[in-house]
Amino acid sequence: MVRLITHNLLACHVKGCTTNNFPLVFQDAQVEIHEAEFNEDFIRGFMPKIEWKALVDSARQLGDTSLPEEQPEMADDDFLKTLHHVLLEMHIEEGAMVCQNCGHVYPISNGIPNMLLAEHEIG
Amino acid sequence: MSRPELQAPPEIYYGDTEAKKYTANTRIQQIQADMTYRALELLNLPPDEPKFLLDIGAGSGLSGEILDDEGHIWVGVDIAPSMLEVALERDVQGDLFLQDIGQGFGFRPGSFDGAVSISVIQWLLNAETSHPTSSPPHRLTRFFTTLYAALRNPSRAVLQFYPTSDDQIQLITSIAQKAGFGGGVVVDYPNSKKARKVFLCLYVGGGGGQQVPKGLEGDVADENAVKFEKRRERERRREKSGKRKNVKAKDWILKKKELYRQRGKEDVPRDSKYTGRKRRTVF
Ligand SMILES: C[S@@+](CC[C@H](N)C(=O)[O-])C[C@H]1O[C@@H](n2cnc3c(N)ncnc32)[C@H](O)[C@@H]1O
Ligand SMILES: [Zn+2]
Repeated sequence: MVRLITHNLLACHVKGCTTNNFPLVFQDAQVEIHEAEFNEDFIRGFMPKIEWKALVDSARQLGDTSLPEEQPEMADDDFLKTLHHVLLEMHIEEGAMVCQNCGHVYPISNGIPNMLLAEHEIG
Repeated sequence: MSRPELQAPPEIYYGDTEAKKYTANTRIQQIQADMTYRALELLNLPPDEPKFLLDIGAGSGLSGEILDDEGHIWVGVDIAPSMLEVALERDVQGDLFLQDIGQGFGFRPGSFDGAVSISVIQWLLNAETSHPTSSPPHRLTRFFTTLYAALRNPSRAVLQFYPTSDDQIQLITSIAQKAGFGGGVVVDYPNSKKARKVFLCLYVGGGGGQQVPKGLEGDVADENAVKFEKRRERERRREKSGKRKNVKAKDWILKKKELYRQRGKEDVPRDSKYTGRKRRTVF
């Protein structure tokens, strides 16, 4: 399974692909929702790592528009629960992630992205 | 029999049959669990705080499920599709990636609060995989530099592995150091042929502690007592946690489905890792 929590940390790792290589853009994504236990401490602790715009855009690509454009200064309970849902409960099961810079396609099958590179792509 | 990493590339060695055999073996389960607990201890995370961890060479999830049990959220990468498939069947909680760690990671700087790797990096000493590769030192360099970047400062990575010689330990530590890591090697039970375990304890920015910890001493009898206590603890926790309750529900559903199939009922949904879970499908 791959979720937005991990997608938000993932850049293209093709050799020489170092600018505009994040975020990877979803293509033909099939999403399933699976409830996960809400842990406020974890979500709060994770917040500083988030690239907000990438998260908002990627969630929208997947059909979820619940996040505000700007990351709120104050994280209240409702907001944390929304964030929890977007980060941890949306599972991308099929489709692909595409690098906007070099065009490399990382296919996703059975929830597992294939990150293997071809010989000329290895750094 | 020679060591697995000398027999075939990892994704071939851990094919369907071996992946199932490996995962079902209760002795292996216990050993991998013990080593994962020890790796977590060496990671030295603050107590009772759920962290975001990387499991390098996660395989079928024997190491990752200990991270689940301890309340962490984790990402697992592995080169063997059959191992990952078993992980899916076993319903582990981590995000999984098909990835050759010798090709390096693409995670943004500071992504993880720590990393563990249990019984994996000896494979990097052998160049062979069925995917394009380069020499072992090049692969090790790629692996350690991109891992270093993916970890936050300060943090640690603890990698248990099976070296065949001190030269191998030397090679691996020197490449890790060049990638920026501090730390060193911890050897548990150095005098026991069976229980001896090598952990590479790598620090980013001091690793939140100073000295590399000492290896465990003592004899295997002591160690076994600890093992059993830990296992009991783990089972208790599982019984308590809601996750295990779900599994009961899932078992029940699987049995029912099996029963329906035996009775010749058609259209029984196929079993999947989501069987018995709450489900809402988007789109
Ligand atoms: C002994 S298993 C350990 C699996 C798991 N950590 C555990 O404790 O059960 C070794 C794993 O390392 C994986 N592995 C070997 N070489 C690898 C590579 N270059 N990249 C990713 N995974 C690799 C194998 O596919 C296999 O699943
Ligand atoms: Zn790219």
